Amino acid sequence: MSAPIVNVHAIRAIFLFEMARTWRTPMQSILSPVISTSLYFVVFGAAIGPRMQAIDGVAYGAYIVPGLIMLSLLTQSIANASFGIYFPRFTGTIYELLSAPVAWWEAVLAYVGAAAAKSILLGLLILATATLFVPLQIAHPGWMLLFLVLTATTFSLFGFIIGIWADGFEKLQVVPLLIVTPLAFLGGSFYSIEMLPPFWRTVTLFNPVVYLISGFRWSFYGVADVGVGLSLGMTLAFLVACVAAIGWIFRTGYRLKS
Amino acid sequence: MLATHRGVIASSPAAPYILAMPAADPDPIVAVRNLSKTYASGFAALKSIDLEIRRGEIFALLGPNGAGKTTLISIICGLVRPSAGTVLAAGHDIIADYRAARAQIGLVPQELTTDAFETVRSTVSFSRGLFGKPRDPGHIERVLRDLSLWDKRDDRIMTLSGGMKRRVLIAKALSHEPRILFLDEPTAGVDVELRQDMWRLVRKLREDGVTIILTTHYIEEAEEMADRIGVISKGEIILVEDKAELMRKLGKKQLALSLQRPLEVVPDALASYDLSIAADGAELVYTYDTRAERTGITALLRDLAEAGIRFSDLRTSQSSLEDIFVSLVRQDR
Repeated sequence: MSAPIVNVHAIRAIFLFEMARTWRTPMQSILSPVISTSLYFVVFGAAIGPRMQAIDGVAYGAYIVPGLIMLSLLTQSIANASFGIYFPRFTGTIYELLSAPVAWWEAVLAYVGAAAAKSILLGLLILATATLFVPLQIAHPGWMLLFLVLTATTFSLFGFIIGIWADGFEKLQVVPLLIVTPLAFLGGSFYSIEMLPPFWRTVTLFNPVVYLISGFRWSFYGVADVGVGLSLGMTLAFLVACVAAIGWIFRTGYRLKS
Repeated sequence: MLATHRGVIASSPAAPYILAMPAADPDPIVAVRNLSKTYASGFAALKSIDLEIRRGEIFALLGPNGAGKTTLISIICGLVRPSAGTVLAAGHDIIADYRAARAQIGLVPQELTTDAFETVRSTVSFSRGLFGKPRDPGHIERVLRDLSLWDKRDDRIMTLSGGMKRRVLIAKALSHEPRILFLDEPTAGVDVELRQDMWRLVRKLREDGVTIILTTHYIEEAEEMADRIGVISKGEIILVEDKAELMRKLGKKQLALSLQRPLEVVPDALASYDLSIAADGAELVYTYDTRAERTGITALLRDLAEAGIRFSDLRTSQSSLEDIFVSLVRQDR
């Protein structure tokens, strides 16, 4: 009796299980990110925006939309994926995954796929919400979707790593709160890095989120802080690094198997 | 049940049982070879274990807490990495060919680890998918009915009692129709009704050809259920025996006579009895089978009187599985 090369049933089961978790908690998973993003639009777009100069010819309210979507995409991807794998470790139900005929990349595909799918849906939902507040144009819709999918996937992979590394709920919160949110705020969500003094502009270039937001904004308005090729390259590099880290985790059984 | 009339071992050392390993099975369902596990802390949980589980049997792995039972099961099921050695499950190496091996295995863990928010039916269906089987609502229904969970199928797991959660874990392990079922301490904290249900189910599974391996530190449980019994202590398998054979040995009882005058050898007149000299000739020990029609005690006492052998005291003793177990484990310490 030979086993199939890909355990499609397992990938499907995990994916649907993770998606079901979202529909069970629509307030937390969908409504709360949409509301908090709407608040940004009201404050920065509607209240402060009209008093701001247009940046690179784009009205301020519209200028911040890609950054805001990225902000939600990053935090939600990490939250979804890290919680998805941390919770079974916390409750002990992970025993079943570890004893199942499932390859590590199948488990990752299912968990990360579900986490990314959720944040992509959320990103599109926020985009739709944004059209209610500001006039939007999308210059390169294909690139826009590519950045959306790549970013969601990469940060879901990153979240998966955090979910395996964390040995308590506090650690699960620390990375998103203390590292990712500041990086996203300082990565040009609300401004062009051209507006910074030269020294800080150089420092900012070490922030990987700059490249994501810049590339994503380019797909909307055709304006960017850094070249779109560089943005894409940085995103892919981070994705490859995350995949390599996860491969190492499963090869060594780090925090999963003694 | 033997343990209800346990006695004290008088002079029967446990040693003979250790050597009573049965001949190798040509086609074992699980074959463990030189398996060792040393944890990162340096603790050697398993020390070069060899073990063969026969196709279709109920095997009880008996041992005190910390003996290595769960480590052994965890390695076979893929939860713990072995430090050395190999395991074949249904002919498949559990590491090189883990997909084929694990597809045949169901595990009911010791801890009650369940999802809280899922319903009973969805969690059991999830397990089936995880183990690579296509959906089969009919099979899931049969499993849930067998475990008296059908009425609870749409309840969230967190609303269930501990016993019901245990049933859910068994249902999950059976969802993908495994050929090998591991039950790790299945009756820990389980009420009588569930225990009986569980044993009924285990017997039915064995009739269907499923091999069942259970760990326990309750000897009664091993006696009640198992075809064969293995004893593990401090990371080593110190006994593997057919239960019937073990019980036959345990069915032996001994009558020790304290002699007034020491004997050096058993007199020829008494050669037909299973007699031995103990305590440097001060005791004559008669071994007999309590299950035999006649124990021969009356005849022995008559023949002793005729041979002029007088005794000042007598006592009988019987070894239970528990005694053997305790003495084995103690000896090993």
